[in-house]
Amino acid sequence: MTRTTASTPVLEISGLEVAYRTADGGHRPAVRGVDLRVGAGEVVALVGESGSGKSTTAHAALHLLPRGGEVTAGRLRLDGRDLSGLTEKEWQDVRGRHVGLVPQDPTVSLNPVVRVGDQVAEVLVVHGLVRRADARVRAVELLRQAGVDDPAARARQYPHQLSGGLRQRVLIAIAIAAGPRLIVADEPTSALDVTVQRRILDHLDALARETGTAVLLITHDLGVAADRADRIVVLQDGVVVEEGPAARLLDDPRHPYTRALIAAAPSLASSRLVVGARDGGAREGAAQGGEAPPSSAEPAPVLALDGVRKEFALPRGAERRTLVAVDDVSLAVGPGRTYALVGESGSGKTTTARLALRLERPSAGRVVFRGEDVTAARGRELRSLRRGFQVVYQSPYASLDPRFTVEQIVTEPLRAYGVGDRAERADRVRSLIDDVALPVDVLRRGPRELSGGQRQRVAIARALALRPDLVVLDEPVSALDVSVQAQILELLVRLQAEHGLAYLFVSHDLAVVRQVADQVGVMRRGRIVEQGAADQILLDPQEDYTRELVAAIPGRRARSGTST
Amino acid sequence: MTRYVLRRAGQGVFVLWAAFTVAFFVLYLLPSDPAALVASGGGEVSQVDPTQLAALRAEHGLDRPILVQYGDALLGALAGDFGASYVSGASATALVAQALPETLRLTGAALLVAVLGGTAVAVASVLPRARFLRQALSALPPLGVALPTFFVGLVLLQWFSFRLPVFPAIGNEGAVSLVLPTITLAVPAGAQLAQILSRSLRGTLGEPYVETAWAKGASRARVHLAHALRNAAIPAFTVLGVMVGGLLGGAVVTETVFSRQGLGRLTVQSVNQQDVPVVLAIVVFSALVFVVVTLVVDLVYPVLDPRIQLRTPRAASRRAASRRATAVTA
Repeated sequence: MTRTTASTPVLEISGLEVAYRTADGGHRPAVRGVDLRVGAGEVVALVGESGSGKSTTAHAALHLLPRGGEVTAGRLRLDGRDLSGLTEKEWQDVRGRHVGLVPQDPTVSLNPVVRVGDQVAEVLVVHGLVRRADARVRAVELLRQAGVDDPAARARQYPHQLSGGLRQRVLIAIAIAAGPRLIVADEPTSALDVTVQRRILDHLDALARETGTAVLLITHDLGVAADRADRIVVLQDGVVVEEGPAARLLDDPRHPYTRALIAAAPSLASSRLVVGARDGGAREGAAQGGEAPPSSAEPAPVLALDGVRKEFALPRGAERRTLVAVDDVSLAVGPGRTYALVGESGSGKTTTARLALRLERPSAGRVVFRGEDVTAARGRELRSLRRGFQVVYQSPYASLDPRFTVEQIVTEPLRAYGVGDRAERADRVRSLIDDVALPVDVLRRGPRELSGGQRQRVAIARALALRPDLVVLDEPVSALDVSVQAQILELLVRLQAEHGLAYLFVSHDLAVVRQVADQVGVMRRGRIVEQGAADQILLDPQEDYTRELVAAIPGRRARSGTST
Repeated sequence: MTRYVLRRAGQGVFVLWAAFTVAFFVLYLLPSDPAALVASGGGEVSQVDPTQLAALRAEHGLDRPILVQYGDALLGALAGDFGASYVSGASATALVAQALPETLRLTGAALLVAVLGGTAVAVASVLPRARFLRQALSALPPLGVALPTFFVGLVLLQWFSFRLPVFPAIGNEGAVSLVLPTITLAVPAGAQLAQILSRSLRGTLGEPYVETAWAKGASRARVHLAHALRNAAIPAFTVLGVMVGGLLGGAVVTETVFSRQGLGRLTVQSVNQQDVPVVLAIVVFSALVFVVVTLVVDLVYPVLDPRIQLRTPRAASRRAASRRATAVTA
């Protein structure tokens, strides 16, 4: 498992300090004295939450700090060569040639107006490694190495014509093009589907092993780190708090922060979150009948989809006339229960959620809310129904109006439905903010002044303002840090118990689903391939596809090591 | 593609008709009487002889009902005949055609200078390493936008024609006479372009794909020109279409300041004299320029940006729906 480290490490960082200039002219330290070694063929994971300085450290290794960032102390050696005093021109020769970068989000990291083959070839051209004419041929070969199928055809395509996974493979081809000694992979898969994530990481692993390239893997997920790295370095507030072989660090974490990270990592947790002593009466009864499919014995579901189907017309000239986004989906969400809809991008889970919210009208089938058929509801009727079902979106950065204060955001639904007078609304908003465990003083602030987790709490408060029966949660935690994810999930579970809420929880992340779901439906290509009680689906999946999804949850190495 | 062009051409015809109609009725509703203006020959309108006025009205068909006049004018316009000028009696179409080459020369030159200069200033405001240089250069575009055209023209005249007699102050003779008017017309347009392009460049330089380019080891110039500029040019290109129309408007002031013959001067004259046929011909011509330029801009878009595909609105909205449905990471 542990590979031998050559005497001279490929990358050696000692006493690195990085500071950012602040608006008022001061310096805010981001990295404070980090030491790090990565040997040839070794994978070292740098783990920490946002703001821990892990990304800054990685970017310092490429001399690509964001504006205002500055290395204030420390040394950087590559194969023993001191890089500290290099000029900008000399760095150009190091970047791409000796150090490759696999960036975070493949969907935005390729130039949208250049063919991908040319983008790979560019590395070879700028470093003068091949003649321009040969670069294209070499680029196709590199795409093949990075695991792109039909590379000759793909090379002529533009980034928007490729899926996220393929784009990340193109970026890997770019990173390995010049045969660098070190690859810095900055959260290379956090924007991808789990199964794709697994394949990409496997591939990166294999490439590093074959060529003896050193890999510095930046990740917020200890599960990913545990699966992939030989050694793990844990960063907190710009300081290395713990470092060691992956297995040792997970089995026997010595620093409290490492322990906290392990506890928070969804991929390492294995059971459903519960609130205190499970006092919610509705929950109690519901939790018992979890194994059976929804039947008359259960309390009437809050929301039921009955064979819903959604087709979208395709533009003229496409091979087919319509695209079936959701195909014959039936599910039921009981009061106080959580139904998790799991699937990868394009599986139709979000469209299903939009159908449940009646933001889309189904092409066929019925939507039943509180026993009432609302499939054909429109106008005034639909508007009054909307009080009963609310939504929390994935990105708390995009779903809150930046020009509103928090108070205005949370008051808006109350105003829209004319609930209470001014004073009553103000009281209600205060109690809602208190309910989501935010201090009252956030009311006067704008969403921009809040952290991601705080913003998502505001979005939840807004969703609860009208006392709905059903809340649709569309990937509510995937934009957040792991420890914040854990807090938000706990909040959701508590609110559910207190208010008897039904949740339709849409997620691509089985590790998260495991913590909140009573029932799980697995979607693929618009259909539910398997559904049932959460434990049953996750521990004993019947379908190959579900098994693949479960197997792709990172942290298996850690779990098999610790949970026995 | 053909379908798209045909559809857009149809919309263009509608725009031309609407411009013609609105202009026609606005001119008709003006309180002053064109016949009286013509008859007075620039003197006091009240002193015009009523019989002479009636004769003029009859000559130009102004005594007929308004809708008949409109129908007649529209039919004529369809055939390219906007009637005879009330003032000179020459064909309005011919007057426009005669004034056109000078104005085309001026606006064409101004467009070229604006695009080259605007792009150069925009790139220069992000490319240098020295921070003060970038800041100084990025202050230029707002300054250029803020300066009124007539002011730039007068200052240029003052310095380069009167104090230093390098360029002629007025007239249409030769390329030299074109220099000052071109600069005058190009400054606001170029500044506007530079402002949008440099803002767009700043945004683009923060994009993750630019970091990818840096990480490849690309040089500063390569990152800025090959990666950032190409992407930043797309929004700036939209402005270019509107700018061409703006240049035609700017020609009115510029040609007046420099006493040049051209469409701008003709516009001023014919509006002052309420020479309805000539004004209508100019309005329709300007609308035509707008229609053609926007169509050309839209046709060039997909060349600049492979993500854009030309399609009719209905297909586009359906596509948007299906894209939402599949949530394809496009």
